[in-house]
Amino acid sequence: MPTLTLSQVTKSFRDQRALSDVTLSVDAGERVALLGHNGAGKSTLMKIVLGLIAADSGTIAILGSPQGSPAARRATSYLPENVAFHPALTGLEQLRLYLRLRGEPVGQAVDLLERVGLGAAGRRRIGGYSKGMRQRVGLAQALIGRPQLLVLDEPTSGLDPVSRRDFYSILDDLAGAGTAILLSSHALTEVEAQTDRIAILSNGLLVANDSLASLRRRAALPIQVQIATRPDAVEEVARRVAGTRVNGTRVELTCRHDNKLTRLAEVAGLGDLVEDVEIVPPSLEQIYHHFSKAGAAQ
Amino acid sequence: MTGIAAIAICEFKIALRNRWVAIAVVIMALFAAVLSAAGSAPSGELGVDKLSLTVASLTSLAVYLVPLVALLMAFDAISGEQERGTLPLLLTYPVSRLEILLGKFVAHLGTLALAIAVGYAIAALAALAFDGEAVQGLPALARLYLTSLLLGAAFLGLGYAISAVAARPGAAAGAAIAAWLMLIVLYDLALLAGVVADDGGAFTRSVFPWLLLANPADAFRLYNLAASEGTSAATGLGGAAQTISPGLALVSVAAWSVIAIGLAAAAFRSVKP
Ligand SMILES: Nc1ncnc2c1ncn2[C@@H]1O[C@H](COP(=O)(O)OP(=O)(O)OP(=O)(O)O)[C@@H](O)[C@H]1O
Ligand SMILES: [Mg+2]
Repeated sequence: MPTLTLSQVTKSFRDQRALSDVTLSVDAGERVALLGHNGAGKSTLMKIVLGLIAADSGTIAILGSPQGSPAARRATSYLPENVAFHPALTGLEQLRLYLRLRGEPVGQAVDLLERVGLGAAGRRRIGGYSKGMRQRVGLAQALIGRPQLLVLDEPTSGLDPVSRRDFYSILDDLAGAGTAILLSSHALTEVEAQTDRIAILSNGLLVANDSLASLRRRAALPIQVQIATRPDAVEEVARRVAGTRVNGTRVELTCRHDNKLTRLAEVAGLGDLVEDVEIVPPSLEQIYHHFSKAGAAQ
Repeated sequence: MTGIAAIAICEFKIALRNRWVAIAVVIMALFAAVLSAAGSAPSGELGVDKLSLTVASLTSLAVYLVPLVALLMAFDAISGEQERGTLPLLLTYPVSRLEILLGKFVAHLGTLALAIAVGYAIAALAALAFDGEAVQGLPALARLYLTSLLLGAAFLGLGYAISAVAARPGAAAGAAIAAWLMLIVLYDLALLAGVVADDGGAFTRSVFPWLLLANPADAFRLYNLAASEGTSAATGLGGAAQTISPGLALVSVAAWSVIAIGLAAAAFRSVKP
């Protein structure tokens, strides 16, 4: 049984359709990235999963319990987008509240703050924290009590590059221990490397839901081949492979997935005119554009 | 239960940090001290001990101050969470909305209990220092203290209900002040006008007492002034009001504190995070 299942979830705000017939599941130990333009419905989907807003139709189950039920709430941790806390409390006091609410020993507050790199600031009031520091308090509270489902709305927004890396390594640990993770993000490059599956929402429609490799195959976007040539051979190489000369020593060509090997063989046939070859697969950004465009057209 | 305690501990910390505890204590202490100083003259003349007189004047003070402080502490409780954006996250925790509300209630009522205790203690000590007979007034003081907490509870509940409905702290603050003016000041003025216009007619005899009972602040005043004969003699409460039994007035104050919390819980339940 997947940890989280949504089937045919639909939600409108007055005449504004936010989610249309979305079916999605997340297994234990799986990390799923939810992508989509601003207003695509990511946060709405998450709030519905948490029982904060009601869906118009469709069903949601968290380990077999309906969203918002006590059992579902015990199993789930959430990091909202733009997480906020009471400015008069210190980081430690705020975490102690959340620990008590989950029935965990309050002594863990110090360790949790250490884990997100906030050990030193724990005794200062949150009112004086930077955006990234508040985000880290948000992460710390989401880690309380080894949740079985983790729902993170733009968790790395406001984090510096080093903390982003640390954050994903924490996620790896949790996923390794069986936590199902659903996270939304606009940072495609980091999501590309750190998640198991990509779900793309476009205008409330789920237009893609697969591993990156499968999405790549399905999108069948052209692959780019970059050829570094000998300085005196760039014209000849460009002519013989029908590529585009980029500068004095580089030629680029694009090819489809299914004739990649044929094209590479042609390049190999150029012998010592070529100094190096690099194959650049379509980035998640290109794949994302491909699927979001398809969704917008529907 | 642990949910209520968790919220209460946190809210009390916030009340301390935001100086609400200090402000409430200082307000109560200040007014009680001023009142004891001002009321030191006519002792003995009415054949009543000094503490009983103090209780009578504390009652008139508490009717204004306790609801005001309670409303000021409560108006931010839910609207503030909404404004700060802290409500959605809190509501995803395994804690019910009723528990959240009761947690805040426990912390705020604790703050009120502390402030009122300090204020009344100052007034009582002043009375005891000048009059050996004043110990006779201690039961009246105890009654006043406990009913002050009930009155505070009723207005905390009302404040939470306003906070839940208003959704923004600014609007909630305005509505809280308006509620205080209407229930504490205008309500009595309107009743008084009615009694004057009626000139001892049916309204004064059969409707007016029930209207007094229906307002928790008036019921509170009725109970404390009527509960001890001495003090009611001292303040010369209107004849019609004395037809109401103090027991009924006590029931009214207690009932309002429960009803107000119930109203707040219902209002909070329909808040969309
Ligand atoms: N409370 C609300 N009332 C009315 N409309 C809403 C509400 N919440 C969301 N919407 C609408 O639903 C749609 C989806 O919004 P949502 O916040 O889910 O987008 P998102 O994918 O999270 O965007 P972003 O990347 O900017 O965070 C938008 O059109 C938004 O205007
Ligand atoms: Mg969003």
